[in-house]
Amino acid sequence: MNEEARFEFLPHTADARFRSYGRTLEEAAANAALAMVSLMWDYRQIEPRVKHQVEIRARNFEGLMVKFLTEILYLLEVKRFILGRVEEIEIVRPEKTAVDEEGEYVLRAVLVGDDRPENYEIISEVKAATYYQFRLDEKPGQVQLEMVVDM
Amino acid sequence: MELIRVSDYIWEISKTGEMKVPARIYASEKLIELAKRDQTLQQARNVACLPGIQRMSYVMPDAHQGYGFPIGGVAAFDLDEGIISPGGVGYDINCGVRLLRTDFKESDITAKRKELLAEIFKEVPAGVGKSGVTKLSRSVLKEILVKGAEWAVEQGYGTVEDLERTEERGRMKDATWEFISERAMERGIPQLGTLGAGNHFLEIQKVDEIYDPEVAKVFGIEEKGQVLVMIHCGSRGLGHQIATDFIELMEHKFGYKHLPDRELINAPFKSDLGQQYYRSMCAAVNYAFANRQMIAHWVRDVFARVMGSAKGMHQIYDVCHNVAKVEKHIVNGKEKLLCIHRKGATRSFGPGRPEIPAVYRAVGQPVLIPGSMGTASYILVGTKEAEELSFSSTAHGAGRVMSRNEALRRFRGEQIRDELARKGVELKATSWKGVAEEASAAYKDVDEVVRVSHETKLGKLVARVVPIGVMKG
Repeated sequence: MNEEARFEFLPHTADARFRSYGRTLEEAAANAALAMVSLMWDYRQIEPRVKHQVEIRARNFEGLMVKFLTEILYLLEVKRFILGRVEEIEIVRPEKTAVDEEGEYVLRAVLVGDDRPENYEIISEVKAATYYQFRLDEKPGQVQLEMVVDM
Repeated sequence: MELIRVSDYIWEISKTGEMKVPARIYASEKLIELAKRDQTLQQARNVACLPGIQRMSYVMPDAHQGYGFPIGGVAAFDLDEGIISPGGVGYDINCGVRLLRTDFKESDITAKRKELLAEIFKEVPAGVGKSGVTKLSRSVLKEILVKGAEWAVEQGYGTVEDLERTEERGRMKDATWEFISERAMERGIPQLGTLGAGNHFLEIQKVDEIYDPEVAKVFGIEEKGQVLVMIHCGSRGLGHQIATDFIELMEHKFGYKHLPDRELINAPFKSDLGQQYYRSMCAAVNYAFANRQMIAHWVRDVFARVMGSAKGMHQIYDVCHNVAKVEKHIVNGKEKLLCIHRKGATRSFGPGRPEIPAVYRAVGQPVLIPGSMGTASYILVGTKEAEELSFSSTAHGAGRVMSRNEALRRFRGEQIRDELARKGVELKATSWKGVAEEASAAYKDVDEVVRVSHETKLGKLVARVVPIGVMKG
């Protein structure tokens, strides 16, 4: 997937609002993670030295995404981990439930990156992932996800 | 939505539909135009619909769009019928400003300015993924969450006088760590004593203008050219995680489908969950006070080493501008306790309030309003009138007008550094791109914001300060 196709930033005065793209929900979710970290560092430059396996659970898809992005901030602050790419991502939805309904959502992924943040230029700091202006547009083979993060 | 101009600087949205009270915006024509460009007014209206809101949903002159509540929003809720909302406080709980005075004049430090800044840059960890100098144990973190800046002073960081000159004396008494998640605690451990990044900064400043010499003198500001130090930061990942956690807990308990915006999620103030959030928020407030207390101490150490003395480096004050507090105010002629949310707003108590330190009680509380990077910051004083106007609140800063992306496209950090250098401002930063994002042109004109605050009597001008050295995380 070429870089431009992964995500783009939308106008937002104070913070950062982005739209990520994917052929699947998983791809769009992984690209949302890259969109967020692109505000802090150039993920394409990160050496793949360490891996973190994550499993996130939430009662709705928005909550799942907020928790997934929060996990990346947690790993940065606590494990000094800077994300370079997302691998083996899998999202399990509750059976026969539309995305906007409650149920147990699970996201599993392997996060690949480096644990030496001092080796890279870190531009800014994302404080939190939010529910604000959350949008999911899901069509077969074409998924768009919009989120705002607090800077 | 109809916006009515009530007077030169007061605009109102009448109570319609679900609104329980009207909304009121303090702004000049120039600032109201900026507020109209984004969701600020709609957000002020949404806040006016929340249960138990008192008088009005207020918007300060520097307001811009936030999540749920606007940044620059002030809302007070009845303790019995009202709510508390993490979105009404913000993710960076007790983001705030501390100001130190010195006995030095600009001419005293000119030769050593570079060295001072370089040493401060070495002492105070800044940037992303930087750990603090102290490795905390869990039990010490718990103590900090309960005791705030008091803990720091007990450890030798600063003096009891600093506590007296801090909002809440540096410790919110209702704090407890019991309801704080493991994750939040883990994020709190490595980051104590760090400045962070983004809009957070540390500045060596000089007094540029004194508007009210009498009040300035009470605050310890005697003359133009006097050197001050300003520290702007918050509760770091600990506070961010507490906000994220309680938003989720409140959603599970109370649902969000009825809300116009999911970030307006709230809990009745007196409910278990409401109290758990409130008391955890207080703990994050304490963490941020301890954080600024430690940073201030290191700054004094550097001055002592480089300048030969830190004598006279008294703290002027420390304010929080993202917080919910229980305060006494008059509503419909009756005094009552309210839960005041200030999200990107500064408390501005006038003379006589018992919460103000004795040294300032006759004149009012110092209000510290930081500008954007490299521009002026202001010292104001709280007023009696603000009680009636805004539950004793005023602006908190400049407020962005341009996105970070746009700023990155338009400016280069190195260019900003050179421009500042020509104006005699030294800049040290962890990232030049980060500097470009915080370009002052991406912010509202702070001069206009404080002018409106002064004209409306939300907070009155005391002095203007300008940077001579800027450290940006």
